[in-house]
Amino acid sequence: MSNAPTREVARRAFAAEFNDAEFTFKESDDERAPLYALLPTGERANRVFVVGTLTETEDIGEDSEYWRGRVVDPTGTFFVYAGQYQPEAASALRDADTPQYVAVVGKPRTFETDDGSVNVSLRPESITPVDEATRDRWVVETAERTLERLDAFDDEGNEYAERARAEYGEDVSPYRRALLEALEDFDNAEADVPADA
Amino acid sequence: MSDLSDTAAEIHDEFSEHVDATVDDVEARLQKLVSEYKVPLDEARRSVENHYLDEAGLDRDDLAGGGGNETVQVEDVDEPEQWVDLTAKVVELWEPRSDSVGQVGLLGDPTGTIKFTKWAKSDLEELREGQTYRLGNVVTDEYEGRYSVKLNRTTSIQAVDEEFDVGDNEDEVEGALVDIQSGSGLIKRCPEEDCTRVLQNGRCSEHGEVEGEFDLRIKGVLDDGGDVHEVIFDEEATEALTGIGLEEAKQMAKDALDTTVVADEMRETVLGRYYRVTGPTFGRYVLANDTEQLDGPADPEAVLIKARSM
Repeated sequence: MSNAPTREVARRAFAAEFNDAEFTFKESDDERAPLYALLPTGERANRVFVVGTLTETEDIGEDSEYWRGRVVDPTGTFFVYAGQYQPEAASALRDADTPQYVAVVGKPRTFETDDGSVNVSLRPESITPVDEATRDRWVVETAERTLERLDAFDDEGNEYAERARAEYGEDVSPYRRALLEALEDFDNAEADVPADA
Repeated sequence: MSDLSDTAAEIHDEFSEHVDATVDDVEARLQKLVSEYKVPLDEARRSVENHYLDEAGLDRDDLAGGGGNETVQVEDVDEPEQWVDLTAKVVELWEPRSDSVGQVGLLGDPTGTIKFTKWAKSDLEELREGQTYRLGNVVTDEYEGRYSVKLNRTTSIQAVDEEFDVGDNEDEVEGALVDIQSGSGLIKRCPEEDCTRVLQNGRCSEHGEVEGEFDLRIKGVLDDGGDVHEVIFDEEATEALTGIGLEEAKQMAKDALDTTVVADEMRETVLGRYYRVTGPTFGRYVLANDTEQLDGPADPEAVLIKARSM
């Protein structure tokens, strides 16, 4: 139909997994080829969709504005950075009240710190305030997608699972635990509400 | 059979619906050119065809499909400028927006529905709503990924007694609305008859600088973490989705002296939320007929059970 490149899916991953996705790669030598982060449960992610609680925003720029936001999900914290090249996201962070639920569409980025460790962060395409129902739906959906990846992790011919195994090792049990905790958390929170409320 | 009589038969087929001539008539004309005047056969063919085109009052383009059209169903139409035959019911007749259009509306068969246009100058019989017709020699067309068929003066229309349920080629897609693309919000369309192209900086790609007409539209992306669906919301669907109607959007743009504030406001309201959209798929787009926000309580049980069993 169209020769336009197909749009990249926004993957769903909890912070616990996303922050471990230190390995990035391209599928071709073309300079403009999309950059992917390799998720430890065996999937490539050029884009992610995240919903969580924006707890803090801070302008950490020296010469020009450079905003950092902390977006918290049940398993950890996503670090979102927006500067002059993401003007809409930067102004969203500048104007945002905290805490509040936000949805972030963005690209995974990595950078190496002075001590040699790799930090994974999110370069936002958009940041918008959302309600609790949206956040809850995201938690369940992200658990579901993560579970699907775990399910397929040992499948024959699962290219990205093989790469993940080579880069990060065999043990994906922390991600299964994280998703269980996220869901149980949620279950308890629901149970706290009296039945007649 | 000689090349000459083959050619004569082919020409006869092309014109059988339009001209009252026998194969022998055609062959005699060819023969005369080829034998008497030493005209090469392909040139002779051209000349004879032109003669009959004149006689029938047709343009060469009208013949493009010739006699052997493919008989298609609505869902098969996926390419513009194809000459096809179609059996379909007139589902709806719409008000023509221009004098050059005789009739316009929706045709349907068991596989789906498709827009049709019948030109006023084609001088064809009136189609009746609810009646099924066998339509010979219609041309397919495409606009923004959306297909239609055009009836022209070579189209044959025959009412037939066929009853079927018209298929709703509707799809249901859901996911988070992760992007609102450029060309969304308050837009201007070309006011030229039957054009409706979206203007870029006050210019239509076909008609140049024009005084545009305001419209509302969202080109959005629904993403469920596995698949991506591009969705178009028309004016009505955009208002249902965002709560912003055309008049309000115009006022917003007027107050801000800037039309982009409308899309910005819409992004703020809908990006990052979950929706279920139903509507027909045209090309790469789902056209939103019905939109529902998925804001009910999420249910972790099913996933939890599965996760525990692993």
